[in-house]
Amino acid sequence: MIEWTGAIVQGVLLGGLYALFAAGLSLIFGVMRLVNIAHGDLIILAAYMGLTTTVMLGVHPFLALLIVMPLMAGLGYALQRGVLNQTLGDDILPPLLVTFGLSVIIQNALLEFYTADPRKLPGGAVETASLDLGGITVGVLPLLTFGIAVAVIAGLQFVFYRTSLGRGFRAVSDNQDIAQLMGLNKAHVFGLAMALALAVVAIAGILLGMRTSFDPAIGGGRLIFGFEAVIIGGLGNLWGTLAGGVILGVAQTLGAKIDPGYQILAGHIAFLIVLAVRPNGLFPRVEH
Amino acid sequence: MSAVVTRSTPASRVAMVLGLVALVVLAAAPWWAGRADMRLMGEIYLYLSLACLWNLMAGYAGLVSVGQQAYVGFGGYMLFALTVFAGLNPVVAILAGGLLAAALSVPIATLIFRLKGAYFAIGTWVVAEVFRLSFAQIQALGGGSGSSLPVAVVKELGAKKAAREANAYWLALGAAVVVLASVYLFLRSRRGLALTAIRDSETAASGLGIDIWRTKLEVYVVTSAFTAIIGGLIFLQKLRISPDAAFSVNDWTAFVIFIVVIGGIGTLEGPIIGTLLFFALREVLADFGTIYLMVLGLVAIVVMLKAPKGVWGLIRERYDLELFPLSYRVKGKE
Amino acid sequence: MPEATLTLSNLDAHYGDFQALYGLDLELAAGEVVAVIGANGAGKTTLMRSISGLLRNRPDAVRYRGQPIGAMRADQVAALGIALVPEGRQLFPSLSVEENLMIGGKVGRAGPWDLGKVYELFPILEERKAQASTSLSGGQQQMVAIGRALMANPDLILFDEISLGLAPVVIRQIYQALPSIVGEGMTAMIVEQDIAQALAMSSRVFCLMEGRIALEGRTEDVTHDQITAAYFGVEA
Ligand SMILES: Nc1ncnc2c1ncn2[C@@H]1O[C@H](COP(=O)(O)OP(=O)(O)OP(=O)(O)O)[C@@H](O)[C@H]1O
Ligand SMILES: [Mg+2]
Repeated sequence: MIEWTGAIVQGVLLGGLYALFAAGLSLIFGVMRLVNIAHGDLIILAAYMGLTTTVMLGVHPFLALLIVMPLMAGLGYALQRGVLNQTLGDDILPPLLVTFGLSVIIQNALLEFYTADPRKLPGGAVETASLDLGGITVGVLPLLTFGIAVAVIAGLQFVFYRTSLGRGFRAVSDNQDIAQLMGLNKAHVFGLAMALALAVVAIAGILLGMRTSFDPAIGGGRLIFGFEAVIIGGLGNLWGTLAGGVILGVAQTLGAKIDPGYQILAGHIAFLIVLAVRPNGLFPRVEH
Repeated sequence: MSAVVTRSTPASRVAMVLGLVALVVLAAAPWWAGRADMRLMGEIYLYLSLACLWNLMAGYAGLVSVGQQAYVGFGGYMLFALTVFAGLNPVVAILAGGLLAAALSVPIATLIFRLKGAYFAIGTWVVAEVFRLSFAQIQALGGGSGSSLPVAVVKELGAKKAAREANAYWLALGAAVVVLASVYLFLRSRRGLALTAIRDSETAASGLGIDIWRTKLEVYVVTSAFTAIIGGLIFLQKLRISPDAAFSVNDWTAFVIFIVVIGGIGTLEGPIIGTLLFFALREVLADFGTIYLMVLGLVAIVVMLKAPKGVWGLIRERYDLELFPLSYRVKGKE
Repeated sequence: MPEATLTLSNLDAHYGDFQALYGLDLELAAGEVVAVIGANGAGKTTLMRSISGLLRNRPDAVRYRGQPIGAMRADQVAALGIALVPEGRQLFPSLSVEENLMIGGKVGRAGPWDLGKVYELFPILEERKAQASTSLSGGQQQMVAIGRALMANPDLILFDEISLGLAPVVIRQIYQALPSIVGEGMTAMIVEQDIAQALAMSSRVFCLMEGRIALEGRTEDVTHDQITAAYFGVEA
């Protein structure tokens, strides 16, 4: 019994990481209806950027965030203004195919640069430290990851609903032309949204890299986890995304408990079940 | 003066004659081509078929899938399963795999059609991953490491190696011809025209009384069946299957998307040109594995941004050519 | 003669193959209030979209205080001090009433209008400020749309059919507020279907027909028959 409770707790904490994968995806979809197929590869890119930073500067991965986050945000802004803005419109093909091309480019560039060997970010003591919660041992790193996920989502929620930047995001998302009339340059607003999304991606990438080993090919899988969390939680609902991540994480750890080969499969099946019974997700956004 | 409405043009009639001549020459390849060339040509036909099918879905029906590897792999695995466990002839097994894929695609479609646009695309990917992970669990088919086609099954295709290779070649060529012809005839049919109407405007199409959901479903099911058959043929050439190879997103989706985008999405000629360009590029850059893929990705992005109708779109704009006449033209007549 | 606030010269507008405006020439002096009338589809909204930058043109097709703005983006035009109250209100549904107003102030131009002043003009909005903008009545939404444009402290304000679909009492209320708005030295262009109302508000009137100016004159000079002829394209 305690074993199963343990698996559930691990799953909940894993869900925090998935929510971080999902938050950026959810944010840019909310602002500009863009689904970025390269999202997962960008997470892996951030992990590699963290690796290079820790190796070159000899700092802890958490400190590397100080460098990786602005770099990723800058990359996001440049990518959006330089390439992705040109793909936005009524036709869904251009953004889809362009980000798909981007995904292949990033993946192969990483392969060229870092080879296919699995790598890991050296987290030091925090990696192995654990706490005993009433008979269930939980790692400090997963706990920290979950805490960071909650903080990131609360922060995004704050930006979205309480700041002038967030007002701009929502206005542009509602009606691009009218927002433009209010003096908002949508190209710039979209750039800022992508910058914010990739800043979150940087956090996700570093945490992923400390938790497990990674290689250039695993981006697609991370995109799928993030996507599943978004759909399970309900489109356009950031807290729902966290719930979606948790459900996905728990499904995976329970699946793995039955048979390690079932871990990922169990997550996909949970997603398909939600899609079958609640196509709009468990917590769709209610229009007020 | 009266006018006639016609689809064919002098260029399309010339293309038809040239196409038939080329077909005869290609069909005779076992008598004039080397083994390596025949293998390459077989591969080209199969990629051409995948590209035509994906183009039908994405370019005409608006169903942008990044998960067609689900059906390629499924078709491949059905070839192995049905020959080994049911003792079917490989060709029969491949066709049966197509039918099974069609049956399977219906419930899948009812699920993933709930996702719109780009989310549909990722949904198809999830399905492909479910396929991959599930087949990796089937120990009888070699689990995660896969299995080889037993010699006895291979021999059913021909007792001698040369005969087997010729048969595999003809099957691939035949499949490409059938796929091309079916897609062409379908697009000329009433339903095909409906599909184009959907692509050009969903509201207009529903105003015409076209059941959009149903038409898309039909396209999805038929494409899935054909894709599985092509998958069976692909692994009949490879003779070995494993989950990672069978359900590879790079091999069966990324390449196919690049072919179609570069050639010209939403046109029938696009996939043909794209396939030829893709293989030409591959022969040149084959030694540069990752660089080759990066170049492909970059070319696809540039094409999508600067010339969304692809290479064929550029040619057509310049010369007003149409090799597969789909649009009607009004001609003056004395 | 003082420099014109707005000058249109040979302004065309196209939607794909369809041409909606044909070579319009028009000049607005500072502080002037003009009315634009015309039947449905005459091109009034298209004219407003062209001035505000939602439709792009040759740079010199639209000049604002002598500066060519025809090719600018809408946000750049807004920053220069031109605001549009769009047809059909077009509030942001995800934003509350107050947020809708605040986003109007995003251009950050100095001037008399701020939240307090808008609430003074339309007190009901202050009561409803935290409400979702979609939950307001049509007339209240129109007030938000006007307030949102005022928050930008524009020098030139464009009103596109502010009375459309509203009850007469609400229309009266809104038009009562207009003098206090344009009284602050703003230049205004008012598109209005209610011809009498339009004439009452303005010093000059333009009548559009099928993308061309069919009649233009001082309000007191144009006759009823002239307007009927220009509006319907028939001799009265
Ligand atoms: N987005 C568009 N695409 C194509 N044609 C358009 C578009 N918008 C307007 N038109 C056409 O341009 C012409 C002028 O339209 P516009 O909206 O400017 O008219 P209007 O005078 O504002 O009419 P109303 O009084 O009905 O608001 C009309 O014939 C209309 O059909
Ligand atoms: Mg109008």
